[in-house]
Amino acid sequence: MISSILQTLPQVLIDGLALGAIYAVVALGYTMVYGILELINFAHGEIFMTGAFVGTSVLLLFQSFGWLGGMPAWISYLLIILIAMMFTGALGVGIERVAYRPLRKAPKLISLISAFGVSFVLQDVVRFIAELKTGNYIVSSHSLFNQRITLGTSSLGSIFGDATIKSNTIIILIVALLLMVGLDLFVNRTRWGVAMRAVAQDRETASLMSINVNKVIVLTFFIGSALGGATGVLFAQQYGTIDPYIGFILGMKAFTAAVLGGIGNIRGAIFGGFVIGILEMFASSNLGILTSGNFGAEYKDVFAFMILIIVLIFKPEGLFGKAVKEKV
Amino acid sequence: MGKIKSALLNNKIAQAGLLAVFVLVTAAAVYLMDKSVVAFLLLLGSLLLLYYTTFSNTVKWIVAGVLLIAVIPFATSGGPSYDAYMEVATQCGIYIAMALGLNIVVGFAGLLDMGFVAFFAVGAYTYGIFATGQANNFISGELFPLSGGTFWIFILIGGFMAGLFGILLGLPVLRVKGDYLAIVTLGFGEIIRIIFNNLEKPVNITNGAMGLSSIQPPNLFGFQFTFPHQFYFIVLAILGIVIFAVRRLEHSRLGRSWKAVRENEIAAQSMGIPLIRTKLTAFAIGASFSGMMGVVFAAKQTFIDPTSFTLVESTTILVMVVLGGMGSVPGVILGASLVTILHLQVLTEFTNWLNQLSMQGVINVPTALSPAKMQRLIFGLILILVAIFRPNGLISAKNRKVSLDRAHEQHSASSNAASLNK
Repeated sequence: MISSILQTLPQVLIDGLALGAIYAVVALGYTMVYGILELINFAHGEIFMTGAFVGTSVLLLFQSFGWLGGMPAWISYLLIILIAMMFTGALGVGIERVAYRPLRKAPKLISLISAFGVSFVLQDVVRFIAELKTGNYIVSSHSLFNQRITLGTSSLGSIFGDATIKSNTIIILIVALLLMVGLDLFVNRTRWGVAMRAVAQDRETASLMSINVNKVIVLTFFIGSALGGATGVLFAQQYGTIDPYIGFILGMKAFTAAVLGGIGNIRGAIFGGFVIGILEMFASSNLGILTSGNFGAEYKDVFAFMILIIVLIFKPEGLFGKAVKEKV
Repeated sequence: MGKIKSALLNNKIAQAGLLAVFVLVTAAAVYLMDKSVVAFLLLLGSLLLLYYTTFSNTVKWIVAGVLLIAVIPFATSGGPSYDAYMEVATQCGIYIAMALGLNIVVGFAGLLDMGFVAFFAVGAYTYGIFATGQANNFISGELFPLSGGTFWIFILIGGFMAGLFGILLGLPVLRVKGDYLAIVTLGFGEIIRIIFNNLEKPVNITNGAMGLSSIQPPNLFGFQFTFPHQFYFIVLAILGIVIFAVRRLEHSRLGRSWKAVRENEIAAQSMGIPLIRTKLTAFAIGASFSGMMGVVFAAKQTFIDPTSFTLVESTTILVMVVLGGMGSVPGVILGASLVTILHLQVLTEFTNWLNQLSMQGVINVPTALSPAKMQRLIFGLILILVAIFRPNGLISAKNRKVSLDRAHEQHSASSNAASLNK
């Protein structure tokens, strides 16, 4: 049993890293919005999904214009990601303006309900458009980078098997790393980043220090949503088929990652994303082996939620978060 | 307009007359016409009219009882669509009971539960497993299916099982802060569905995605309940008990502590309210209402599978509570009826009408836009719009007023008595 687990371990790790990078970047969006507004942005999973659809439709558009052959694949990839980021960033700002800002002073319950409503509306609107344009709401796209590279991990030791890595996986890792490092630098080194951290710490005092709180919140939504949209494109390129309901479960897992790393903590969210991704891949390929076929890969979602519940019970402030005393 | 309103408010006889005429006209219309959704909805609307009259509560309850037990079943029995009407009414009853259960959790205790349908599923599967041959797979002795006579006990068992799951979920989860609760319950709803969808091995308990079919219908002293117009009365009876219980609970010590916890946890705690226990009872009682209706649902459909218990269902119930007014019993009843009718009647009828129009070539509506598929959009919009413009819902919750004078009188009377006793 152990030997078969070890055989697949290199492959599991590589697939887990790719999935984890996606979770990590989506988790950044949750954690940024939560850090600033103390609101779970339920719609963030749907923003990710919208990004996937926008990216795919831009790709199909390029294809129909015959531009794909004319320029190097990485330029079109970059263009697609940028367009999707702009679109979802604007979408996030719009959602904040319409559904969250009027409720900023309302009880938490009300804004959660509104956020939940937004995610349902987005799912259905994307379904309309996809179904109107293509006749089916499940859309598949071809991948720009689909070479497979075999890694000779078996040379490390005969207990390991070989792993294959898609060239798109490498791109996911590079793009995710760039986004994460960029965000980290932005938050820690720039004036806007300082303003953002100030608003997260104490909104009223920040406004007294001549920080335009509304602008900072809009900027947060823009960046968080743009990151989500970019990951959507990466996801669509990696897995090929997308439907309007992918955002929900993926969003919840990314949220789990954010909670695991300590919500509001950017580096924690990245770490949490990779942990959840690798654990999920491990569970989906090995649960069947571990329980001798009784519980298979279909329980991998249950696994992620169990992590969420366990973290919330034993360490609700997360691995890197600070415990906050509630004030009366 | 204002004059007519004030004249009506002061004149009970006029109110009674108006209500009687309205009921008579709509009931006659339902009875005489083959199938008229509008007339049926207006007949149900008479209950709303009754709510806004100024009669005393006892009179209102008696009139409502007469309308529900006698007038509505009789009026609908006239045409061929008797069972179609009764199906809608039965579904309304089931959803009202569930929405009232969720109202305890969300409205009274202020805990956002987004996986509420999980408890409904627990109730449905509790009856479904034992009222089919399914239980033979893990209990030896070919005892199953149990006869329909056990249905009545299973209503209680289903409620109990759902309540137990509520406590099991609540124990770890209620310690965490409010907004995490939403996402954990959302996850729990999915977990329950995934488990029911896959629990066919190692032991076949739920029959997986195939679902459970030919569930025994209820049986009372040899009388079989199979048609919607028979289930209507079962649902009505349970609903009566549920409404009575909710109204009693709301103003009880427990109900007041729920509301205190909702308003401010820390303040409530410092007034001596046991936080976890209060939240747990809200979870358990709300869940058990849902579980009871799950049993009825399983018996009515005679077939259940995991697709009946998805996130959309949970959201539907949440929409009912939010639309009607969180914490308001009449509001939630209205919200649940409106959403069920919208869901079952208006959207399907509208879709049929559009389909007819496009068949005749008048307009061309692509199937992607067919209204029956638009539940998510409509529910999402309702949630956002109600949250922004009417956070208290259609009928906002009122706290029972305690008149200051009476409280003073009681106080002085008791202190007088105390001084006399000296």
